[in-house]
Amino acid sequence: MKIRFTLNGEAREMETDERRRVIDLLREDLTMTGTKEGCGTGECGACTILVNSESRLACLMVAPQLDGAEVMTIEGLARNGELHPLQKAFIEYGAIQCGFCTPGMVMASLDLLTRNPSPTEAEIREGISGNLCRCTGYQKIVEAVSAAASARKLGGRP
Amino acid sequence: MKVDRIPFEIGKATPRADGSAKVSGKEKYAADYYEGDFLWAGVKRAGVPHATIKGIHTEAAEALPGVIAVLTWKDIPGENRLGIIRRNQPVLAETVVRHSGEAVALILAESRGALKGAIDSILLEYAPLPGVFSAQEALKESSPLVHEDNPEGNVIKAVSVETGACASAMGECDVVVGGVYETPVQEHAFLETEAGWAYRAENGACVIVASTQTPFRDCFEIAPVLGMDPGSIRVIAPYLGGAFGGKDGITVQCLLALALLHAGGRPVKIWWDREESFLAGVKRMNATMHYRLGAKQDGTFHALECRLYYDGGAYSPLGGEIMTLGAEHAGSAYRIPNVSVKGWALYTNNPVGGPFRGFGVPQVTAAMEQMVDMAARKLGMDPLSIRLQNVVRKGDRNCVGVILTHSTGAAECLETILGHPLWKTRDEWKKGAGLFKVRGVGLACMAHAMGYPPMVPDEARAKIELTAEGKIRVYAGVVDMGQGNASTYQQIAGHILVQDGPAMELVLPDTARTLPSGSSSASRTTYTYGNALIEAATDLKKAILKAASAQTGGTRPEEFVLVPDRVRHIPTGNEISLGELAGSMDGPARTATGYFRMPVTRERLDAIYMGPHLIFSYGAHLVYAEIDELTGQVEIARYLAITDAGKVMSPRVYEQQIEGATAMGIGYALTEDFKVANGSIVTQDLATYIIPTSMDIPRIESIPVEIAEETGPFGMKGAGEIGMSGPMPAIGNAICDACGIRILRAPFIGEAVHEALLSGNAEEADL
Ligand code: FES
Ligand code: FES
Repeated sequence: MKIRFTLNGEAREMETDERRRVIDLLREDLTMTGTKEGCGTGECGACTILVNSESRLACLMVAPQLDGAEVMTIEGLARNGELHPLQKAFIEYGAIQCGFCTPGMVMASLDLLTRNPSPTEAEIREGISGNLCRCTGYQKIVEAVSAAASARKLGGRP
Repeated sequence: MKVDRIPFEIGKATPRADGSAKVSGKEKYAADYYEGDFLWAGVKRAGVPHATIKGIHTEAAEALPGVIAVLTWKDIPGENRLGIIRRNQPVLAETVVRHSGEAVALILAESRGALKGAIDSILLEYAPLPGVFSAQEALKESSPLVHEDNPEGNVIKAVSVETGACASAMGECDVVVGGVYETPVQEHAFLETEAGWAYRAENGACVIVASTQTPFRDCFEIAPVLGMDPGSIRVIAPYLGGAFGGKDGITVQCLLALALLHAGGRPVKIWWDREESFLAGVKRMNATMHYRLGAKQDGTFHALECRLYYDGGAYSPLGGEIMTLGAEHAGSAYRIPNVSVKGWALYTNNPVGGPFRGFGVPQVTAAMEQMVDMAARKLGMDPLSIRLQNVVRKGDRNCVGVILTHSTGAAECLETILGHPLWKTRDEWKKGAGLFKVRGVGLACMAHAMGYPPMVPDEARAKIELTAEGKIRVYAGVVDMGQGNASTYQQIAGHILVQDGPAMELVLPDTARTLPSGSSSASRTTYTYGNALIEAATDLKKAILKAASAQTGGTRPEEFVLVPDRVRHIPTGNEISLGELAGSMDGPARTATGYFRMPVTRERLDAIYMGPHLIFSYGAHLVYAEIDELTGQVEIARYLAITDAGKVMSPRVYEQQIEGATAMGIGYALTEDFKVANGSIVTQDLATYIIPTSMDIPRIESIPVEIAEETGPFGMKGAGEIGMSGPMPAIGNAICDACGIRILRAPFIGEAVHEALLSGNAEEADL
């Protein structure tokens, strides 16, 4: 079947199998390997992307669900080579170790900050609790998200 | 000229070299290759724990569209055996399967769909064999044998350590506490499951890009399987998506190489899904530990007796060695004059046991540290004073009799807790518990040996280059599995050569480009490779300054200093760019190498199998835990982790190690229970095997006790594993502090705690 959607701001049209998982479509068909697969069954959050500005698990979606949608992956977050403030905060606060959870974690955090621009620590912890990280112990991730939220209040993106 | 760029400094947090690529999704992991016309490869797994194979029926699979080849053990060109210490693990099973995750056939297919179809249509015909499913069972004379040809029956390795005269000393004790303590199987659950990509190089070499902690060892391990020369196999290890010991050794590498032989020149990809990773990956071995600790009335530890049984599973990639490290640490960080430790690692038909952060030590620390609390309670002492009284200090003998001649900061860790507000205000916090809640505070003290045991030379070779473009390139032969050591290498070289990030390049482990430096394991990477790199970078610095003086005839090298991107002549202030300088030097002059070998004990090599360790990191943890009396749920409110890992070179990376290890330890203590019933895995996914989320891990306060280790690079010691051993005993002690109940089987899941609360199992049942 044919699907049309925007991917990181660019219009796309693709011929695909209707049972094709979105994560495979992204990683294999489009070789956008920033979106990671950690479980394939909706438990780890590594494959989190934004569909119409809401976080979704790419391993649990199939291609037709993208038709007409606006999709954003980790690759679409930096603009003109400049990292998003949330990405910068992840680097600055040491929220990255192996980095395999990072793209999904950043996307989930972005969704959280869009819905709740000034989250408390407890709200951040809850907001990212669907994303597993085996390396960091979460503390530095929470700090990064919190710092990005404060920066936003001072006028930055998102 | 004014320099406005800030070079790397030791002891200062610097941004990680991999941060930007990882946060933008650009970093390429082993699973991220999909280039060209590649094939998928995958494995048919046994599905039964112990059986004789009567037939492997592959015809139906071979006939499926998109299936390129189905291989069995008969297709293996060399010897069908893997192993590090013992080569006894078939790559593909021959006539017997010994655990349910064992690989039986390897399939190559055009797509993942075709691959899955083929795997499902392979029929395995078995005659079931009786199995053995626990370490205790494995020891019985009457039990079935997992390996018929093993001269020691089901014993992988047995060790015995005796110091002093334990039997008589136990009789001299005023109090003796004891118990049989059990720890669960733990799954690594790294986010990136085992993955790899293989292709043929132009010269015919087999190139494997894999998520591995041991690229150099891998070449030597898989070469005989393929009947190849190790030199014709090249292993490249990009950044790993986590490993924690679970990628120490062969996972997909050998299967990839074998598949490549049948791929008709096309690249091959293998990526286990989560279920396969759970089924086939190595696990932290469960342990049953019989402990008796005896003390004098004044609180002095006098005798320790333990018997340790580790379930090694069906094969032994380091199972015996892991149990041995457990035995070496059985007495934790204490001075105990009379010790008797006996340990066994045993074959069973359970999933294969293997390395996992802590390497056998978290098990014994969990048991010992709870014994210490039991002794304290019996003696009417507080748990911190009894630890301070008995903890090893520099010059003491540890429990296997080694005199600790290097930095020994266990006491300083405990003293830091003594002075900390969380310790001082613990009683007030406990009193604040709400309705149906009880609160407890728990302590643990830990030691963790650094590096390989003396019989395995622990060495590293570093290489560094001033490139023709004037950049500093560090060739790292040790894998970065996420812990950030590669960034620290950049920091070390940058510091010595006075360069900053943009002037530096990193080459990650590649057996064709970097030098062998051992595995990324054993809390050794930065210590060992870092020392080698200091030597290499210092030599390169000399070469650069010499070249500068040669270029400006008549000046001496001492008149020059390095500044970012340039060399400056101090007397005149004239500068030469590194690029220009590089042009004047030939290749060999621009390259330097360094070598380091870790010191080992000279005395008592026979104290324990492969020899005892000399240098240890230490730690002390304090936990605030609240227990819900209605559900048994344990919530961690505060966590304090004090660590003696020498001087901190890179604070951010250091904190990440401590926080990550502690979180993993909290999971081990509270929820992680990899369940296997009669050889079948019950917890098959992340929905049933519960690792901590952001809601389960509290704020962790981490304080380093920065005692310089004189042999360490800039005074550091390893920090990767030490944090892993603290949480289980600290939380166990906190639970007991809260409700007077000692739960001898971890993890302390809500149900277990609730049940213990109901049965009112008081701790002090005498043994
Ligand atoms: S890969 Fe989608 S949730 Fe784990
Ligand atoms: S950084 Fe490794 S899983 Fe999060």
